[in-house]
Amino acid sequence: MSAIIRVNNLSKQFNEIAAVTDLSFTVNEGDVYGFLGQNGAGKSTTIRMLLTLVRPSSGSIHVFGKDLFTHRAEILKQVGAVIEKPDLYKYLSAYDNLSLFAKMSGLQVSRTLLMDQLKQVGLEERAFSKVKTFSQGMKQRLGIAVALVHNPRLIVLDEPTNGLDPQGIADIRNLVLKLSREMGKTILVSSHLLSEIELVATRMLIIDKGKKMVEGSVAELLDPSKTVVQLETTDNKETKEKLKQSKWSGFLQPDHGAVQLKMNKDEVPALVNDLVNMQVQLLSVNSTHSLEDYFLSLTTRPGHVEAFTN
Amino acid sequence: MWKLLQIELYKIFKKPRTYIAFGAIAAIILLIQMALLVNGKEYLQFGLGFLDDSFEIPYDRISNGYWICFVILNLLLIHVPILVALVAGDIVSGEANMGTLRLMVSKPVSRTELVLAKFLASVIYVIALLAWMALIALALSMLLFGTGDVVVAKSMELHQIEQSDVLWRYFAAFGFAALALIMVASLSLLLSCLSDNSIGPIVATVCIIIVCTLISEMQIPLYDKYLKPYLFTTYMLGWKGFFYIAVDADGQTIRGSVQNLPAILKSMGVILIYIAGFVTTAVLVFRKKDILS
Repeated sequence: MSAIIRVNNLSKQFNEIAAVTDLSFTVNEGDVYGFLGQNGAGKSTTIRMLLTLVRPSSGSIHVFGKDLFTHRAEILKQVGAVIEKPDLYKYLSAYDNLSLFAKMSGLQVSRTLLMDQLKQVGLEERAFSKVKTFSQGMKQRLGIAVALVHNPRLIVLDEPTNGLDPQGIADIRNLVLKLSREMGKTILVSSHLLSEIELVATRMLIIDKGKKMVEGSVAELLDPSKTVVQLETTDNKETKEKLKQSKWSGFLQPDHGAVQLKMNKDEVPALVNDLVNMQVQLLSVNSTHSLEDYFLSLTTRPGHVEAFTN
Repeated sequence: MWKLLQIELYKIFKKPRTYIAFGAIAAIILLIQMALLVNGKEYLQFGLGFLDDSFEIPYDRISNGYWICFVILNLLLIHVPILVALVAGDIVSGEANMGTLRLMVSKPVSRTELVLAKFLASVIYVIALLAWMALIALALSMLLFGTGDVVVAKSMELHQIEQSDVLWRYFAAFGFAALALIMVASLSLLLSCLSDNSIGPIVATVCIIIVCTLISEMQIPLYDKYLKPYLFTTYMLGWKGFFYIAVDADGQTIRGSVQNLPAILKSMGVILIYIAGFVTTAVLVFRKKDILS
């Protein structure tokens, strides 16, 4: 399976703020790649770097096997994107908007092509209405038409369901599945909601504070036989060092300082036994079972808890 | 590039705001024409009355369509930059504000081409605005007031230009004014590339022009020597030079001549340098800009 996107050690610094730090991941051909993280985790900055809107501070991005910034135009011809809100020219009609962006994608536009595209997103009857009269859902559908009109190989959807009603969310989900399964497109879709990603994604990356937390296939991450064990010890740093030198090193997960290991449930007693033998002073052992718990355990910040308790 | 330019022009001329300038120019010119149609003689007497004791001034012949156009240009050309800033100041930042900039920049077009297409679209807008102004200020004035010799006052001199020697001067003046307004558009474009909201670059352009014009108009030796030669506003009213005619040794006007052509050419050269500087900086800024809007 060939890599469509290959990101290596990508970082972006805005003055003092590190928006993305040393991020690496690979999106393979045919993947519906879920890009998951809370608001402000660095998803949009990463996506903007993938679309050349933001220049990385360091690291590299290869798309279709070529360096993104040296083969920019060639690559972007094969990419369609909806970036956050579908902002379009409000004083122009849906048809005019689609026509302008199709031309910018290097397409020879025809009325038939544009009307077909509008029909696919259910906007045929409103083709000549000004966008300022559209609902949020209609704008989103038009934004998707703009992203798909030039038949791209790679589709990037940044929080595509933001502001949509349940029906709109279901429509987007079905569209993503259709594009992937029937048309073989590679899709990178970001969201802050795990429930959205797990319904469509084949692989996913969880990002927090600009750093990669975990990457893998959804099936593997959602495997009910697996669990994530979080240890609290008197010296987490020392515990990690001891685990790295033991048979458990391959199970260690990246985290914010806590010690986390991903393993089969039946391996937990053996882990605890070994920790005792290693003379680790255990304060607590927590085992989370669902990806939702795992996601929350990785990304919940102390500030969030304080906000609820105050 | 041509396709991008077409797209930019389509957007500009589909935007209702674009037509505010055309409407404002038409309204002001019609008001001036109407006022001069009724009180043209009194207006002339106000300016030239001090010569009544020395000459018999044919006010009725002077207030012809050519002269009316000269009056209109004098009154208007200093304000048109504001109208240009309305469109050019919004051309990049307006897209950032609307959220369409990120979609545009994620398309397979180079950022340099994008800025240049926007600049060229502003140039075409400026030319269209001046063509509209010429049509109403010159053609309509000629129709309403007829044609005749033009008498222009410069300090203590009066320049009389024969009727048959006037029209080319208007074309030259409009050409010069186009260049000056393109400079304003390039300044607005640069400010627009630096901002993510529509109003900021428009207000900033207007403020810069007002401040620089005020300094250019002040007769202070310090400013004359050290500041004015470097201000673009010092050169913007160079179009008037086309209406100052040269005279021969006998004091007779020389048909087809311009009193100080080198000064006009210098002004045009400075303006071109400013345009190149503003546009180049705009391209460099936009190429490095992180699109966060």
